[in-house]
Parts: sequence; C-alpha cells; structure tokens
Amino acid sequence: MKEKLSLYVHIPFCVRKCRYCDFLSWPAEEEEQERYTAGLVCEIRSLEAAAGRFLVDTLFIGGGTPSLLSEACMEKILEQLHRTFEFEAGAECTVEANPGTLTVSKLSAYRRMGISRLSLGLQSASDRELALLGRIHTWQDFLNQFRTARQNGWNNINVDLMSGIPGQTADSWRETLESVCDLHPEHISAYSLILEPGTELWRLYGDGEGSSGDTRRNDRGCIGELPPLPDEETERSMYRMTRNILSSHGYKQYEISNYCLDDFSCRHNIGYWTGKSYLGLGVGASSYLDGVRFQNPAAIDDYRKACRADRSLIPPDGRESQTGYIVTEICDRKAHMEEFMFLGLRMTEGVSEQSFQDTFGQNIHDVYGPVISRFVSYGMMQQSGGRISLTERGIDVSNQILAEFLLN
Amino acid sequence: MTVINENHIRNFCIIAHIDHGKSTLADRIIEMTGLLTSREMQAQVLDNMDLERERGITIKAQTVRTVYKALDGEEYIFNLIDTPGHVDFNYEVSRSLAACDGAILIVDAAQGVEAQTLANVYMAFDHDLEVIPVINKIDLPSAEPERVKAEIEDIIGLDASEAPLISAKTGQNVREVLEQVVHKLPAPQGDADAPLKALIFDSLYDSYKGVIMFCRFFDGKVRPGMMIRMMATGVEAEVVEIGYFGAGQFIPCDELSAGMVGYITASLKNVKDTRVGDTVTESERPCGKALPGYKKINPMVYCGMYPADSAKYTDLRDALEKLQLNDASLQFEPETSAALGFGFRCGFLGLLHLEIIEERLEREYDQELITTAPSVIYKIYRTNGEVSDLTNPSNMPDPSEIDHMEEPMVSAEIMVTSEFIGPIMDLCQERRGVYQSMEYIEKTRALLKYEMPLNEIIYDFFDALKSRSRGYASFDYEMKEYVRSDLVKLDILINKEEVDALSFILHASTAYERGRKMCEKLKNEIPRQLFEVPIQAAIGGRVIARETVKALRKDVLAKCYGGDITRKRKLLEKQKEGKKRMRQFGSVEIPQKAFMAVLKLDDE
Repeated sequence: MKEKLSLYVHIPFCVRKCRYCDFLSWPAEEEEQERYTAGLVCEIRSLEAAAGRFLVDTLFIGGGTPSLLSEACMEKILEQLHRTFEFEAGAECTVEANPGTLTVSKLSAYRRMGISRLSLGLQSASDRELALLGRIHTWQDFLNQFRTARQNGWNNINVDLMSGIPGQTADSWRETLESVCDLHPEHISAYSLILEPGTELWRLYGDGEGSSGDTRRNDRGCIGELPPLPDEETERSMYRMTRNILSSHGYKQYEISNYCLDDFSCRHNIGYWTGKSYLGLGVGASSYLDGVRFQNPAAIDDYRKACRADRSLIPPDGRESQTGYIVTEICDRKAHMEEFMFLGLRMTEGVSEQSFQDTFGQNIHDVYGPVISRFVSYGMMQQSGGRISLTERGIDVSNQILAEFLLN
Repeated sequence: MTVINENHIRNFCIIAHIDHGKSTLADRIIEMTGLLTSREMQAQVLDNMDLERERGITIKAQTVRTVYKALDGEEYIFNLIDTPGHVDFNYEVSRSLAACDGAILIVDAAQGVEAQTLANVYMAFDHDLEVIPVINKIDLPSAEPERVKAEIEDIIGLDASEAPLISAKTGQNVREVLEQVVHKLPAPQGDADAPLKALIFDSLYDSYKGVIMFCRFFDGKVRPGMMIRMMATGVEAEVVEIGYFGAGQFIPCDELSAGMVGYITASLKNVKDTRVGDTVTESERPCGKALPGYKKINPMVYCGMYPADSAKYTDLRDALEKLQLNDASLQFEPETSAALGFGFRCGFLGLLHLEIIEERLEREYDQELITTAPSVIYKIYRTNGEVSDLTNPSNMPDPSEIDHMEEPMVSAEIMVTSEFIGPIMDLCQERRGVYQSMEYIEKTRALLKYEMPLNEIIYDFFDALKSRSRGYASFDYEMKEYVRSDLVKLDILINKEEVDALSFILHASTAYERGRKMCEKLKNEIPRQLFEVPIQAAIGGRVIARETVKALRKDVLAKCYGGDITRKRKLLEKQKEGKKRMRQFGSVEIPQKAFMAVLKLDDE
C-alpha cells in the first residue's frame, strides 16, 4: 500500500506585502510569476521517481497569494502535480485566495482543476483595520467574492481572521466574528496578530520586550499617530469571545486557532500536528519525511538550481548531498516525543495515551508524568478517556505549557 | 648574566593616597630606566588588569625589575613594586612592603597629606622601611609645594627639605627621584651563602606553570632543580623555573640570591600548597626560623556568591581558590541557600574589594554569578549572655533570644564640590549619618565628615553618591567602633515562602521604606507566571509591605508557519532557554537579575 502524503505548494507572490506578514512573499510582475511557475513545474517533474511511493490525500496551495497567479499558471502547476503524483479520490485540495485578486473566472477554473477547498484571507470586517494591516481589499470586496464562490458551488470555504490588530476593540472583533458567522463558512481560522521582526508593524510598534513569548509588549500603547495595540486583557477577552461566539454559531474548536462546522476540519493542517509526512514544493517550502525536517532554499536562485536535476528526497539519515534540500532537523526519538506533545496538544482533543504508547513503546506518564500532573493541578491540562489535553485556561497560556514538554 | 653585587640592588615601593600619581611615576621610572621605550609604553604599564586600566586604579601590587645607570656611572637594579592606594587594598600594600627595603612616598602638591598617605606611611615605618618623600603634580596651577612640604614635616614627621618636586606626568625632576633611590634607600642585607630564606609576598596561578610564587630572597640562593620546602605547609617541590619581572612579563634566569626579588615555579598545581606570607627554604638545608609572614586580615563586608548555573558550583570554587592565591585577603566558605542552592559566603575588606572580586571572577574566570545583599558583621548579645558575630542574615536567631545588637560605624569623608553639598548632606542624613564637620579645602571644594553605620554604605551608597553629585563626589571611610542599634531582619516572601537570599538586616526606622521599595522592585523584576504571585516584606512574621505579580493572561503561539515545525520548535526552545536564567523557587521562577536589582534601590 502506498504511503499517504500531504503536499504543500508555495506561491511567493502578492500584490503588496501586508504590514504584519513575515512569510516568504513579494510583489512580482507577471513575467516573474511565469518563470517561477516554470521552475515549480520543473521541480515537480524532477520528483517523478521519488513520487511513486506516495498517495496524496491533501494538497494546500499557500503563499503569498496563490490567487494572484494567472489561471494558465495555476493550471500548469496542477496539471504537473497530477501527472507526477497519484491523488487519492476525494483528496482535500485547498487554495489560498486574497479577495482582492479573485475573479469569477479564477473561481471556476480552480474547481475545474480539482480544487475543493477555498481559504479566503479576510482578517477583519472593519475597513479601518484592514487598511491598518495593509490589506488590499475591503469588507465589501470579500463579501462579493464569498457570495460569488457560493454561487459557483464552493461548499468548503475557510475564512482567516485576526485579533489583536492595532486599534481593534472587543466590539469591533465581535462585529467581525458575527458578520462572518452570518455567512456560515465551513471553517474559520482565528489567529492573534503576532509582531514579527522584519515586518512593517514591528518597525512601527517597536520590538516590545523582544521575544515572542513576552506579552508585556502590548503595554506599549499608542505610538505617535498609530492606534494602540489592544492590551493583554482585551486580547484575552477577544480570544474568549472568539470561542463563545463561534460556538454559539455551531462552530467547534478543534485546534488553538481553528474552528469548523460539522466535520469540515482542515485535514491538511491536522497532518502537521499529528506527525504526518508532507512534502513542500516551491521556494523555501518545508517538508517532513521519514523523520527528517528539510526545506527548499529560501533564495530564489538557489531554489532554481536545486530543482533542476533528477531529484531525490532526503533519506532517513538526513544526508542532504545532491538533493538540493536543506535539512533543518533530524528527529531522534526525543524530538519525536517532544513534537508528539507540543503539536498534539494544540488540538482540543489533545493526545492519546495509547497512541503515545504505540508510537514510542513507553508510557506517556513515565516520560511526562510530573509535567502533566503539575499542569493538571494548575487547572491547565485535563485527562479523560485516555486522552490528555489543554483546558481553556491552558490554551490561553499554551506557549508556556508547550515549552515544558521539551525534554532536557 | 654577571654576578650582581647586592649593594647595587634597590628594592622599593611607591606608596601614596589614591590618585596621587603612583602608577604614573612607576611608568616614568620604567621608561627612564630604559626597560621600555616610550613608544612601547602603554599608559600605566603596571596596571595590567583590564579592570585597573578602566577604573584608573591599582588593585594588585605589581613588581618590575629595571636597570638604572646612575649619575655616578654605576648600574643599579631597581625592583619596583607598585601598590594600590585604596583603603580596601591596604592588605596588598602591607604584603608588598615586606619585600622592600625602602619606599617612595608620593604626596599630591595640591591635595597634600590625606588619610591613605598617613596609613601607608605608618605601615612603611612598621616594616622599618626608609621613606623618601616626593611631591608630585607640581605642574598643576593649584600646586602648593611649600605648604605640602610643611604638612609632611608637621603631620608625618619626615624631613621634606630635600623632597624632589616633580611632575610624574611630564617627567619633570623624575631623575632626582631615581638618584635619591640610589643614595638614600638602603641596599638589601643578607647572606647569599646561608640557607635559603625567601618570603612569598604574592602569587598567581598559571594554567601551564602552576602556582607562580613572587618572592623576596633574604638569605641564600635558588636555582632550577633545587628541592625547596614551604615552611608553613611543609610541601616540598623541585624548582622548575626562576626569574625576575619584566614589564608585564616573566624573564627566566639561572640564579636568584639574597637581596633579590623574583619568582619561583615548581609545578605546584594545588593552590593550597603555597600561602602568601609563607617562607620558602631548601629541603636539604632548611633555615632555622621562618619569616614573620603576615597578619591574617579580617573582612568587613560579607555576601553570598552563587553560580548562576547551579551545576557550576565546583567551577566557582576553583575560581575562588585561584583568585585567593592572587588576593589573600579574600575569604570564603561554603554555604547553602534554599533559593540559590550551593554557594559561598565571602568576606571582603570593603565594598570596592567586593566589586573588584566580583568583576574579576566574571572576567578572568568566566563565572556567571549571583551575589546576595552585602552584610556587615553584627554583634549579637543574647539573653543568655552569649555574644556572637553575625555575617549572614539567615543565621539571625529568633528575636526573643536577642537582648540587643550592635553594628559597626565608620567615619566617612566625602569630598564634594560646593554646589552638591546640599544633596550629599541629604543623602548622608537618609543613611542615618551623624554630621561631624565640614571644611572648605578650596573655594569650591569641601570635605564633609559624617559618622555613619557601615551597613548604610554597603548597598548602593557609592552609586547614590555619584548620581547625586553628577560624579563629582569622592568618598573614603575608616572603621570605627560598634554601637548598640535597633536592628531588625527584613524577610522577603515570594508566593508566601521566605526567600533566604533576599533577607537582610537593617535599622528598624528604615524597614518600612526599604521593604516597600524591595517589593516594588521585585514586582518589576519577576515576570508574570501562570498564576498570581504575592510578594511580601515581613519583619518577624509581620507583613509590612505587599505587591502582586499578576498572572500571565495570554501567551498563545497561534500561527502555523506553513508546516515549518522547526521554527515552532525554536520558539519554544527559546522560551525554555529563558527559563534557564531563572531560579525555580517553589512553583515560582525568579530571574537571576532580580537578586541583584534589589541591591540598587536608590533610583532618582
């Protein structure tokens, strides 16, 4: 039987860099996009030999803004993917789209190409907040595209939302949530804004106290003409509000930032958290195969060079010579255990004691007993039905908890 | 090397009050005797510790041998020992003096005779040294050499009529000093044929050579290959290398004999085998009686020193042992703290000494340290009649067992420009100082004298003094007697548990204010935890101040990073790494810097 595999395809282009964005993306002319597409097709083709052992069950085309690509480019990519890889019937295939770049024609084309899931980057229903984030679309643009997609037959749509935006209030966040819920998308991802070094917002709001784990950053308040970042208390109430409002509309939280109706959870993302194999295609894309984490080069020239030849994947021993990949981590048993925990605990159903036992041949409590009981005693973790998970309070401070699952 | 006639050797040191120009004169002497050309001269050759150059002070006595061609046409060997001027390092001075036959006393032509001038000159007399006075800084506009000459005669009782008037800075008249060294200071006495008798006056540890002993040879001679014995420790060893001191380097030679100053190495790796003050002799032909050695000196200030990483306890011990070899006045013994684990209670001669040791441990020995609040020695009179010394606040007996306590006083002298007299007097007042006198040294400079408790100046008095005088005040103190005092122990409770390393003893009248400030400071230093953490200050179980570190509300790593799990892991690792710099205390994590921050409470 063939191995299940998730594919990630990175499209590094956007109309304009959003002010919070630290992903690998940049504005580019059509010609550059075509050149990139050609390179990507080359890369996929170069994996012809390696692809034979896999059966693809999820595909995620992310960015950047994949919807920026012309239909022709997208078609070439999809065509090559299907030529090189075998796809499972009913595979989950997602494309990310920016409402400012979508057209009716693109929407129909994606469906024709076998894409079944649409992920729309909205972030906020407030045009003022959208402008502050540097988004290229308005709430109305989004609304139009959403409705067009529905009319077009898209029945699995995700909407990305963001809390903690400068100037955002609990009321405006509520407004965003309610407005989106009224549209009944099948899936909602609600992230908190994180100021990342190198972004425009980082420059504008300073680096706070520095590390991403430092929540005092938000005490900085208003700088110059800019609206202040919501304080920590407001941010937390927004987080609680997200849970309450979404659940009142029938959404269930299945991961720290992800909510869905019925069983519309994102299988691709769940793959990341459950240690499933995935292969990243495109510049800087990350892969995880046979216990090794590796990446394509993040510089476009290096990337092009890397995928010219008949390409082999990284072997389990992590030898990267001739592959063109950069190995970031060879997961030993300890690293596996750590990932099992810090990824698994992101999901509301948590981790299964039995599955830990099956995977590692060791009782989870022999390894993590003291940490688990400490956080259970703090009311931040819970154990029931053979599963261990974070409580709501635990999710609030999940970083602090997950870090404790790194072994010494 | 030709045989050296001991009549042509001069062993001498330079003594002075701090800042009167010792190191500068030493530099000039080295330069003028041709050991280094002026191009090779780096200012203050003998202050070779980075710390000394940065602070512009001499911490360690340094020895250098130069050859001087005198006006009589003869060549003389000068063994010059540069000594520290600060009161905290008196002990260094006294050790160096034992290696000398004479001393140059430098007095600043503007400032005249000062506290350390006297202290050092009396020490020189105690060692029967011949002293020649020199008046330095005559190039200053405010120089008054005649007045200073009179001071030297009146206060010290030294004939200053022939004292050279020099500027060590410009080199003016320095030759006259050199001539006086030749003609006025005695040549060493001693019998080169008698059994070896040498005094270890300093030592340091070299990772290749082992212990390097700095010796003054009184009788006999030493050669490589000879078996020697340390008279106090009884340790015997074979001499590997001997030599004398160049500027900043060791120069090996074949023989050292009576009257000389030089070093011996004997592959001694155990720092305890050699003690400064011990006498070195020959194994086969030991000398009759050991040299008198040094008085053991008593520390004035104590504090706890702990390795930042508790696993590095033995490293810290090794570092302290090696440092002690180089600074015999440092004392330490192991102690344990519930909050900080295993560490050492260290005794220092004063605050500057404490600071210097701390910095040397960090720079020269790569130790990351947590130091606890410094403490003076309190005398405890118990109800049962017993009297004891208390150096660690944690050991304070229950108040019901204490009849009364005494604390040491100092007489403090603060030199300050007139515009800052007000703020400095306020500061002294706040620190329980009792005003003694004020005299104007110059039109714009006054000398303030206060009686103060030592415990009020060991925290952050220097810093406060500097910040309130914009750096213009200088400060010196001298120990006085113990006086009865209303003292209490202030405890800090974090999450309802007493943190022993934060306890300290203070006057009851200042307890509330200090307790409040401590709590405030700790509140800012302790990051928010997963739950609320109360911080309390208490005296004998009664809470007098409280602050709360609010619980961490939200810390979610939400983003997915397109499957870049390694990046996620790195963020978590960074978070975990940050915790390593914390001390787990019960369920609370206290950053190391919190222990230090509470030592500096005088913020403007």
